[in-house]
Amino acid sequence: MKTEGLWIWLALSTPLVAQMDFAGEWAPVQDEDNTGNPHIGEFIGIPMSEAGRLRSEAWSSSYMTLPEWQCRPHGAMYISRGPSQVRIWKEVDPVSRQITAWHAEWLRSIDNPYYMDGRAQPSELAPHTWGGFSTATYEGEMLKITTTHLKEDYYRRNGVPSSDRATLTQYWIRRGDYLTWVTIAYDPIYLTEPMIRSSEYRLALNQQIPPYPCTVVDEVDRPKGVVPHELPGTNPYLGEFGQKYDIPIEATGGGAASMYPELARKIIRQKNAATKK
Amino acid sequence: MIVNRTHWMLAGIAAFGMSSLGDGLFAQQNGGAQGRPANPPAANGEIEIVPVRGHIYLLAGAGGNITLSVGPDGVLLVDSGLAQYADKVLAAIRQLSREIDVEGQPVKSYAPPKPIRFIINTHVHADHTGGNEKLRQAGKTFTGGNVTGDIADAAEGAAILAHESVLNRMSASRGGEARTAADAWPTETYYKDSMKLSHFFNGEGVRLIHMPNAHTDGDSLVYFRGSDVLTTGDIFVTTGYPFIDLERGGSVQGILNALNYILDLVIPEFRTEGGTLIIPGHGRISDTADVAYYRDMVTIVRDRVQASIKKGMTLEQVKASRPTADWDPRYGSGDRFVEGVYRSLTAKK
Repeated sequence: MKTEGLWIWLALSTPLVAQMDFAGEWAPVQDEDNTGNPHIGEFIGIPMSEAGRLRSEAWSSSYMTLPEWQCRPHGAMYISRGPSQVRIWKEVDPVSRQITAWHAEWLRSIDNPYYMDGRAQPSELAPHTWGGFSTATYEGEMLKITTTHLKEDYYRRNGVPSSDRATLTQYWIRRGDYLTWVTIAYDPIYLTEPMIRSSEYRLALNQQIPPYPCTVVDEVDRPKGVVPHELPGTNPYLGEFGQKYDIPIEATGGGAASMYPELARKIIRQKNAATKK
Repeated sequence: MIVNRTHWMLAGIAAFGMSSLGDGLFAQQNGGAQGRPANPPAANGEIEIVPVRGHIYLLAGAGGNITLSVGPDGVLLVDSGLAQYADKVLAAIRQLSREIDVEGQPVKSYAPPKPIRFIINTHVHADHTGGNEKLRQAGKTFTGGNVTGDIADAAEGAAILAHESVLNRMSASRGGEARTAADAWPTETYYKDSMKLSHFFNGEGVRLIHMPNAHTDGDSLVYFRGSDVLTTGDIFVTTGYPFIDLERGGSVQGILNALNYILDLVIPEFRTEGGTLIIPGHGRISDTADVAYYRDMVTIVRDRVQASIKKGMTLEQVKASRPTADWDPRYGSGDRFVEGVYRSLTAKK
């Protein structure tokens, strides 16, 4: 009789569908290309459109000194690529004990809720936000997150823009103490192809994300109304990255081809041929 | 009418959330499958109302955006949409007035809705003033004493507030423009920097702030102080480049001055997001960051065109250089905007 009770208890306590738990403190594993400090003109690997290239080339780092941008967070298009740790937690319905939402927050982000309660999409007239509006579902042990209603933002923090028409699909894949965070950006304005990136995090049980207070100050004494930018064809810094690492502008300038190995092979062949001469 | 259930919970640091506003009071809008959001509703008479904050709602689909303040004092509109959609707008307002619980009391579904008291025009264009006549006639001005004694029709229809330039343009047939019907004209105007409602309406102060020579020469921002909501008219839109109406006194520098004024006025809740909510002339509800991006775009294009003018380039040469190419996929052809900037910068002072 006791044994039967044990089996019933075990059966009831086993979830019908395995749901991976992602809650915890996670530290970025910076052995990829997500170290966060790109050069001006380092657009390699980003399938940006012509419009995206033009805006990126006009970008000036002084732009971030404008009062409106000093305290901006990193938006969803970039934040998981940055060097910041992340805290993930879940909302659980007290009656059903179903997970109704996941949340993620980095050092320099706002709360990013990922709803799992079946709610409808907001109107397109609703505000767009840095984190966007996200819903999530389990696909096996992965979590799939779909995000809309994003603000204009950046893919890389050297001025590569993302548009407010862009959407984002993300996957969380946990393997023990490691979390792979995959992002797939779709942007009809500034990308010509979906951009897929992945970042690694490692569980960090003793981690605390510090506060990130911010006060707007006059960082640069400039006349009111000035917006720093480079006029077309005049940005003197665009070539520095390529010169430093001896990479042709064909690659550093970005575009879909710069994502694929064929371009790297072509550049190597060209260099080898030049060396032989 | 579609009333979205979205209710902005900008408390704390949440990006935004949704909650039910009541039991079955609102028809639920379902955006359908996940993925790229649909474009904002076009001006085709498909009316959509979205709660903004407190008593403030956005009504879209009737031309320019219409801001509604609906509450215990009645209804105040900022702009009135195109004339052909006035009946639909009126029906939507009446339905909303019946549905919402304006005083914390049970909904009185069969009670007649409170009247339209005020219409404020942000500027003169027909997609923002076209409904004036019909919507005014459906409303009522509360007055009394000597006013009603001396002016027999003082209480007839809602009051229409605007900058004096709007009245001047609507009441005059100049430059080939037909004069609009007198019932559509502003009934109360101002000619200096700003104008206030003389008393709270739906629990808050409402202020009109003139932005000189921006989209036109009669632009007003409308600021709802308690709700912290700002309506901009067409000085700021999320659907396209600014239209600089040079014939009606607009200028690129006026638009930039106005956008920078807006950025001085608004306060984000956290990290340039939320806080003061901004209802543009067309498009979605916005905040500080959205206006800042727009200001940046207008400034950069202005600077590019200015640099080309300094080089002696003609308008056609400037257009051919495509100074808006970075934003054209987002906002459409920039030719009209570039022409407006060019002519504005080269106009004789």
